[in-house]
Amino acid sequence: MTPARVAVRKTYKLYVRGAFARSESGRHDPVLDHGSRHVANIARASRKDVRDAVKAARKAQAGWAGKTAYNRGQVLYRAAEALESRSAELAQQAVDLRGAAPAAARDEVAAAVDVLVHYAGWTDKLAAVLGGVNPVAAPFLSFSMPEPTGVVGVVAPEEPELLGLIGALAPALAAGNTVVAICSERWPLAGLDLGEVLAVSDVPAGVVNLLAGRRAELAPALGAHRDLNAIVDAAGDAELGAELDRLAAETVKRVLRIREAGDAREDSLRRLEALTELKTAWHPIGA
Amino acid sequence: MTVTPERTRVRWDYSPAPESADHVRLRDAYGVFVGGEFADPRSGASAPTVNPATEEPLADVAVAGPEDIAHAIATARAAQEKWAALPGLERGKYLFRIARLMQERARELAVVETMDGGKPIRESRDIDIPLAAAHFFSYAGWADKLSYGLAGRGAQPLGVVAQIVPWNFPLLMAAWKLAPALACGNAAILKPAETTPLTALLLAEICQEAELPPGVVSILTGDGATGAGLVRAEGIDKVAFTGSTAVGKDIQAALAGRDVGLTLELGGKSANIVFEDAALDQAVEGIVQGIFFNQGHVCCAGSRLLVQESVAEAVEAKLWERMQKLRLGDPLDKNTDVGAVNSGEQLERIETLVAAGEEEGATRRTISCDIPERGHWFAPTMFTAVSPVHRIAVEEIFGPVVSLLTFRTQAEAIEKANNSKYGLAAGIWTDKGGRAFEVASALQAGVVWQNTYNHFDPTAAFGGYKESGFGREGGAAGLRPYVRVR
Repeated sequence: MTPARVAVRKTYKLYVRGAFARSESGRHDPVLDHGSRHVANIARASRKDVRDAVKAARKAQAGWAGKTAYNRGQVLYRAAEALESRSAELAQQAVDLRGAAPAAARDEVAAAVDVLVHYAGWTDKLAAVLGGVNPVAAPFLSFSMPEPTGVVGVVAPEEPELLGLIGALAPALAAGNTVVAICSERWPLAGLDLGEVLAVSDVPAGVVNLLAGRRAELAPALGAHRDLNAIVDAAGDAELGAELDRLAAETVKRVLRIREAGDAREDSLRRLEALTELKTAWHPIGA
Repeated sequence: MTVTPERTRVRWDYSPAPESADHVRLRDAYGVFVGGEFADPRSGASAPTVNPATEEPLADVAVAGPEDIAHAIATARAAQEKWAALPGLERGKYLFRIARLMQERARELAVVETMDGGKPIRESRDIDIPLAAAHFFSYAGWADKLSYGLAGRGAQPLGVVAQIVPWNFPLLMAAWKLAPALACGNAAILKPAETTPLTALLLAEICQEAELPPGVVSILTGDGATGAGLVRAEGIDKVAFTGSTAVGKDIQAALAGRDVGLTLELGGKSANIVFEDAALDQAVEGIVQGIFFNQGHVCCAGSRLLVQESVAEAVEAKLWERMQKLRLGDPLDKNTDVGAVNSGEQLERIETLVAAGEEEGATRRTISCDIPERGHWFAPTMFTAVSPVHRIAVEEIFGPVVSLLTFRTQAEAIEKANNSKYGLAAGIWTDKGGRAFEVASALQAGVVWQNTYNHFDPTAAFGGYKESGFGREGGAAGLRPYVRVR
């Protein structure tokens, strides 16, 4: 009789600068399922990891923003394809880990894929919807166009851990920003798995950086970072939200608050607007 | 021996050409404007507003306190629902009326703006007042087309909005704030700057003449404490602030954790970049327009002049020559280029930073001109040998002071221009169209002017990147901060 096969378990690491890395702190956190059974260990990110991730995101920002809108759209669509191909596994994970009902878990992952598809299609529409030629009363060609705000911090909600994260990430990426995201603290695995999806989707290194760990430690460090331009607060925690607002004020960061993870598509233009800057250029007509 | 007779020197002096102020009828005292009427402030406090060119008081103006704020909010709240319920076309018609009344009273408004703030009449007459009227006219037409301006989305007004405007473009900034707020169906409480309340109070009269429903616009004059109280007050649904970055940060922090909308239009240290292929004489005119317009009291002033090394000497010489032709003096004189500094406090700030520039080793040149005996004045000044870390290259001076720095390559120009916590505006001077577009897209600035500077239009969005604030004023984008989208 053949002995039962021993499963190969996954080591869950952070996703920073396009690489899977342990926390520089060397710390870990156990992940327990809804029945308090140990499922995995994750790297527990530190404030230093937050700083490294912001640095990576800053370095990647100009390159990502500089890609054509068509290209950014294709990369995001590729991420949707890659996520779709893992959707059964991710739905099962939600069932096993969080105790989600199977149908609801499948719907949630499918919705997350659809959100990516939706935003993939936004990249080359945004300028037409938010910008245009300004009919100024003087001999100038004046036009306004949206540009990415820069480096965006994301604080994902605890649940739905995948859909909530993607609904906060995707608008930032579609608009040409790079992202440092803090995954759900209670259910971090789906967010870390998303790193594997992005890593095979031609998302350039550093464009998305995914951290897991204690939100109370990481979110304020992220919000306080002076080289962050905006923060997407999808955490749904009023106290943390107020703290992030106060930290944002130190460097006039933009704050996008997401209250409903479920309406990532209906709410998309509001999210995109909050993560773009409108630039108005004036060019003389004639000499 | 032949004696060459001495050539008669041609003098190009101008005779004084003051704009007459005799048709201006200011009241001795102005109360708060709430519910469509002027009333004595409940605070019982008032302060004179002073002509910065003569230091003579113009009128006594209310300093609104907490009770006035609470009363204005209650009055605005009561008026807002009906205002929002009006068909958009009818709301718009009131704004059209206001625009027309501003045009009718344009000369009076220009003279008062100049007397209260110190800016040259040429600017208040040709820029501030016409643009303010144009802003109302433009947004009047949006009132019944909101969903078109919001990409098809439905729009709900936010409610009662608090709007704080600065002293550099008092009526124009009031128009930038009020017109979109009203078009979207909000009621507005406007707080003019402490040193320049008068044109806002004339605008209150215009609202009366337009028969704008009482309570839709309230005007609370006062000082920084009035503004601080207003933005923090219960019942304010949105705050729009134009002013310093320090105060903007304070407001953002004060609203933390509250569901109050916020837009900020803050300071700048904008780069005006001159490439070697630029038409240099034209560029010099643009540099002058960029930094000496309104005594440099302009948030988007081109205060960091970046000149390509190969033409730096030529630009410096041409600029210095041109600067000496600037005429400083009576703001009401139609030939005046540089008027009075808005207040003694602002003059002190300019002097402090200019002194820091000298102490840090930059070379200062200030034009020699007659300075009036009374009033607050600062003559146009240029700094050369400026290092990017000097305070005069980093901090907003908000005065007629330009810092000249040089660069070698386009990449260096972009890097230097972006090396600022601010990101409001920039200028590019070049003859190459391709370069202009490339540099414009690389600059972190909300407005980029190519071969021009300091142009504004109600249809063109204005606002900053980074610590210059967020949200836009002008165009369809200017509606967005005043609505909740569905």
